[in-house]
Amino acid sequence: MVDLKVKLGSLELQNPVMTASGTYGYGEEYEDFVDINRLGGIVVKGTTLHPRQGNDYPRMAETPMGMLNAVGLQNVGVDRFISEIYPRIKKYRTNILVNVSGSTVEEYVETAAKINALDHIPGIELNISCPNVKEGGMAFGTSCPSAIAVTAAVRAVYNKHLMVKLSPNVTNIAEIALGVESAGADSVSLINTLLGMAIDVEQRRPVLSTITGGLSGAAVKPVALRMVWQVAQAVKIPVVGMGGISNAEDAIAFMLAGASAIQIGTANFIDPGVTEKIIAGIEDYLLRHKMSSVTELKGALQV
Amino acid sequence: MKYLHDFTLVNSERQTDDFVVLTLQGGPEALPEMTPGQFAEVRVDAPGAYLRRPLSIHDVDYDKQQIKLLVQEVGTGTRALTALALGSTINMLYPLGKGYALPDSKRVLLVGGGCGVAPLLFLGRHLKKNGITPRFLIGTRTAAGLVRLDAYRELGEVMVTTEDGSAGTKGYVIHHPVMKTETPDFDWIYTCGPEAMMRILAKYANKHALSCQVSLENHMACGIGACLCCITPTKDGHKCTCTDGPVFDSKYLQW
Repeated sequence: MVDLKVKLGSLELQNPVMTASGTYGYGEEYEDFVDINRLGGIVVKGTTLHPRQGNDYPRMAETPMGMLNAVGLQNVGVDRFISEIYPRIKKYRTNILVNVSGSTVEEYVETAAKINALDHIPGIELNISCPNVKEGGMAFGTSCPSAIAVTAAVRAVYNKHLMVKLSPNVTNIAEIALGVESAGADSVSLINTLLGMAIDVEQRRPVLSTITGGLSGAAVKPVALRMVWQVAQAVKIPVVGMGGISNAEDAIAFMLAGASAIQIGTANFIDPGVTEKIIAGIEDYLLRHKMSSVTELKGALQV
Repeated sequence: MKYLHDFTLVNSERQTDDFVVLTLQGGPEALPEMTPGQFAEVRVDAPGAYLRRPLSIHDVDYDKQQIKLLVQEVGTGTRALTALALGSTINMLYPLGKGYALPDSKRVLLVGGGCGVAPLLFLGRHLKKNGITPRFLIGTRTAAGLVRLDAYRELGEVMVTTEDGSAGTKGYVIHHPVMKTETPDFDWIYTCGPEAMMRILAKYANKHALSCQVSLENHMACGIGACLCCITPTKDGHKCTCTDGPVFDSKYLQW
């Protein structure tokens, strides 16, 4: 028997496999394909203080081994999340984290404070890295002082697990990670999408209504892996790795680079049952390598 | 309930320069009940095709446990599908979305443009089973683009328009005589095809107080309402084409 349990500070995961916000809805969408209770955790759709309609269609472009999206945080708002969605999903026996976003520090704080009151939500993922909104989002995550300011302000009102999701669209991601660690983050997750663009040359127009969008999928994996490695070297808090993870081998690579847990995003679109396969694959790897606990993988890269 | 099943390609029939009908064998378990207008997200293993491809269910044979897909070769993914050898495994996520509703009248017109004819065969079969004789109006660029007309004719009358006049009435579907009468002899329009065509039909339906069910072909990623990429503006704001559609009552859309 191998032990798949990992700890992210106070947060206990039955295995290191979580799902990435914006790719997994509220978990319910995947119930026909996955036993949600078997996952380490799910991070539900980015939630804001007020409802958001998101950006205009088209919001998606397929790219080589990946995709661009420009959804723009379409969501029902935190109040409807609490009154309509939370009562449906609180039954899941896994860690449900809410991804929290906002246009101002005050919006982040107010949303986080409301979610703090929910018994079955043991943590939030602070989204300071969404590239698809005009105000807020990535603007907070690409400068160190603003990343620190929003993290500290949320920390003051939020007393459960505070994960901060970092943007890769920066010169030095380790510096931002150190900043949010100093501001009270319990963990960091990375990477959010890479800012990208697609052009329809026949029409001579951008494919996305917003011109630019966020790149995800297998294409971003090497960049994500490098950033997880750099951040894990720099901070003491746990690192949650994501970016193009499509199978157990990818997941293990992120843990070897220093991630304590990982998130699966775009791969869920190609195989909605991929998460359980990755859990089984990690278990198989540990058995083959005669390791007794998945925690032995963390940072076990031999350089 | 949605399923993720492997099918075996048992037949691949080229219809025209760019249309191929794939017959997929399921089983051993029975196929789930499907509604015409629903679709499948088909896994494609080809360089340059990362996401699944959403394709309408073209026809279903529950007894033989077979599903037919009408594939138009428009890019890397669809060309990879039509190039598959017989016996290949095709993984499908299905049945997805909301299909066409049954009419409250027996007078129906099914209007397909281009690849939009795909779901109308399954719909015609379903209507016929419910005691309604379908009539089809099919529009293409040229006669060479007409696909499987015999299969449609088995179910009901087939009318045709072509842009170059090489078959049927010259022009678009809206130019066909059946659309030109003062009082249309149908109460429901079911349509799938280019959005420009469907918008014209929706306008026509409004003018004559008809019901009009349109099937959208928005680009999508997940197919199950998780990614929110395929939205369309409706009376209730942005809705996912993959779960709230692909079939919508035209009056519900912001057209």
